[in-house]
Amino acid sequence: MSHAAMLEAPAPPTRRPVGGAGDRVFEWLCRGAGILVLLLLGAIILTLFLGGLPAFREFGAGFLTSTAWNPVEGRENYGALVPMLGTVISAILAILLAVPVAFGIAFFLTELAPPWLRRPVGTAIELLAAIPSIIYGMWGLFVLVPIVQQYIQMTLGEALGGLPLIGFLLASNSFTGTSIFTASLVLAIMILPFIAATMRDVFEQVPPVYKESAYGLGSTRWEVMRGVVLPYTRVSVVGGIMLGLGRALGETMAVTFVIGNANRMPTSLFDPSTTIASIVAMEFPESLMGSLKQSSLLALGFLLFVISFIVLAISRFLLRSRLKA
Amino acid sequence: MSTTTLPALSPVKDMATARALGRRRKRADALLRWFCLAATALGLIFLASILATLLWRGLGALDWAVFTREFEPTTYGDPDAPRGGLAHAIVGSLIQTALGTLIGTPIGLLVGTYLAEYARGTALGNAVRFVSDVLLSAPSILIGLFVYQSVVLPMGGFSGWAGALALAIIVIPVVVRTTEDMLTLIPNTLREAVVGLGAPRWKMITLVAYRAALPGIVTGVLLAIARITGETAPLLLTSFGNSVLSTDLGRSMASLPIAIYQQANSGFPDLIAIAWAGALIITFGVLAINVVARLVLRARL
Repeated sequence: MSHAAMLEAPAPPTRRPVGGAGDRVFEWLCRGAGILVLLLLGAIILTLFLGGLPAFREFGAGFLTSTAWNPVEGRENYGALVPMLGTVISAILAILLAVPVAFGIAFFLTELAPPWLRRPVGTAIELLAAIPSIIYGMWGLFVLVPIVQQYIQMTLGEALGGLPLIGFLLASNSFTGTSIFTASLVLAIMILPFIAATMRDVFEQVPPVYKESAYGLGSTRWEVMRGVVLPYTRVSVVGGIMLGLGRALGETMAVTFVIGNANRMPTSLFDPSTTIASIVAMEFPESLMGSLKQSSLLALGFLLFVISFIVLAISRFLLRSRLKA
Repeated sequence: MSTTTLPALSPVKDMATARALGRRRKRADALLRWFCLAATALGLIFLASILATLLWRGLGALDWAVFTREFEPTTYGDPDAPRGGLAHAIVGSLIQTALGTLIGTPIGLLVGTYLAEYARGTALGNAVRFVSDVLLSAPSILIGLFVYQSVVLPMGGFSGWAGALALAIIVIPVVVRTTEDMLTLIPNTLREAVVGLGAPRWKMITLVAYRAALPGIVTGVLLAIARITGETAPLLLTSFGNSVLSTDLGRSMASLPIAIYQQANSGFPDLIAIAWAGALIITFGVLAINVVARLVLRARL
């Protein structure tokens, strides 16, 4: 401060303030862009809600519990239950399938792999996240669906279909191969790299001295994992899983290809069904502008937004310590 | 918990149980190793299977006609009937992707600058960061619904502009994340040196901070381009697709993902083959952009 004062002393008092207008303009440009992003989210929520309002008015709370989907004019009746259940079940099953594999990959990349192998394998797994969802859809339809149809469904159905309580989940009269299970399988592969990358990043943040102490006591890698790494990173790991869940809930094209798009109540995991995102993709472009059907689809979109917003917000909250680091 | 976690610490009665315990621990450890190895192999097999399927089915259908011809209905196996291509979709995709990037990048850049340079630790900054991160993972089809309601309905029909806008909304959070991350990595001493020389803050940011963070920002933009190149769902509700080559942004416009989606579901083998060719183009385009983005980041940091 005194240095600046010394430099200023001989100058006349008419000295132009540094920055001035340019600084104010640039700061407001940046702040304006930030506010624009806030408004954008608000506008998305508001638009979906207002668009869905006619359907909410028409059907009331029954919209959430109704399984109807009847676009016939005069007898129009729409309900959200089937696509909502399809969305939630396929996403949760995808998480159940993806988490163990993602954990294996993350553990391999942080502890087991020799250093020269870590980067190429890590990059390959990350590239899995870069493949567009429509490619997963095509690959799922032409490669995975026949495999599920010919091998997985029959094997699982015959081996476990007779079990009490869960047997009915595996026994289906549909043998097309397009089903909730296939959709979950594709979703699991798609969210695998996101969960694996998050887990790897948080595993790497465990202070080496903790792990070395456990190794020094004679622990095996599995014991270090269970006793040191997992307790230390538990919160962030759950955050990463929630991030994957958020992605799986809103995934559209890949699911549309392989879920069968049948708007009726599934009784088995191998029955075709639909999700919110895929029913919107299938039916919205060809429905009449301003129709009750469009409004119902917008209402479904609003519900999907609320669900994924909650999941993503929880994920971010759990991952906040990692984000700060 | 501690006894199961660290059996080595539990009291050992005699040598036999100690050896049995050691064997059990080693076996559990070996099991975990094989499991992790299998999991990683599984992930790599998925990648290999996708790429192999694309090459196998896409290369067979990939010829010059794919790049030069517009959509044609199925030939029903008639060798004399004109074979279609994807020229309309490639042109449409290039236009919409370029526009989306041009609209989204400056906004994302400014937001990232705001978060890193002006709003560290402020309430508004945290809110913007949170919202941007939510938008980053929000279902893209909902962005399509939003643009449909706010642009397509008022304009009275699907349009290339609506498609470009939807893509721009997807670009913004990607660019915000990388810009903020990269600007945060710049040491404060650099900023202080520039401001100490008497430069106003906006010059410090635009002339020095941006230059120092350039590789990271370029990476962010490339990743955003890669992301929107494959986006299908939002375009379905905004630019809808078109079977002829059109550069009119006021009308519905074709795009590669939509063309793939429609032809893959057509049920005709010759159209499905063209869809595979399109899938091959789009995937290797996206993967190439990703690899370049990584190289840019690694080369300069």
